[in-house]
Amino acid sequence: MPLEVNGKTYETDEEGYLANLSDWSEDVAKALAESEGLEMTENHWEVVNFLREYYQEYQIAPAVRVLTKAIGKKLGKDKGNSKYLYELFPYGPAKQACKVAGLPKPTGCV
Amino acid sequence: MSDEQVTKKFLYVNRKAPYGTIYALESLEVVLIGAAFEQDVSLAFIGDGVYQLTKGQDTKGIGVKNFSPTYRALGEYDIQKIYVEKESLEARGLTLDDLQHLVYEDEDDDWAEKDAIKLVSAKELGEIMEQQDVVLSF
Repeated sequence: MPLEVNGKTYETDEEGYLANLSDWSEDVAKALAESEGLEMTENHWEVVNFLREYYQEYQIAPAVRVLTKAIGKKLGKDKGNSKYLYELFPYGPAKQACKVAGLPKPTGCV
Repeated sequence: MSDEQVTKKFLYVNRKAPYGTIYALESLEVVLIGAAFEQDVSLAFIGDGVYQLTKGQDTKGIGVKNFSPTYRALGEYDIQKIYVEKESLEARGLTLDDLQHLVYEDEDDDWAEKDAIKLVSAKELGEIMEQQDVVLSF
């Protein structure tokens, strides 16, 4: 199911993850978020941008446990817990936030 | 985590060069998935497997993903023991300086950053294997 944004079509996999990392833009992210029923706030962007940076550095999307620890270190303890992240991304921070960030589905993510 | 949970010692043995076969990447993925189960995980690199950890890998010419940066994430997955066999390294004209600098943060030492890679002889590695509950070879 391809994703349409501003008249352009983007290839996705069967679960709606962006096929090409380089297709990502903020507008594409907003469309991906919409497909997940998410309204992007400052806090959402923070996590999404964090994931993109993490992927740049390590070429993987982190497991949730690793994500919460790393977020806590970077953005503060009050944000480094799964409750906070699940409030932002109710269907799983790794799964949903990675989708919005244009990353492949995390390894080992169910 | 309940108290009854049993922690087993897992050793992943990596023997093959990083590209050309799927073994290295598969092993890395299994390690990352397995890390979620909070077991006592260690990795060993022997034979051509030592090439998996080398610095400056460039896969542009062969059209596959360079997954070597992912080894640097192992520390965040609480993997603190990465054994490299000394003889294998030497036989290939390599030293520790040719390998990526992999670190972890030691929870018991105020999160001090420590080297994850441990150079061991074939004999020492044999003893390490002896102590494991599970040895997976890739």
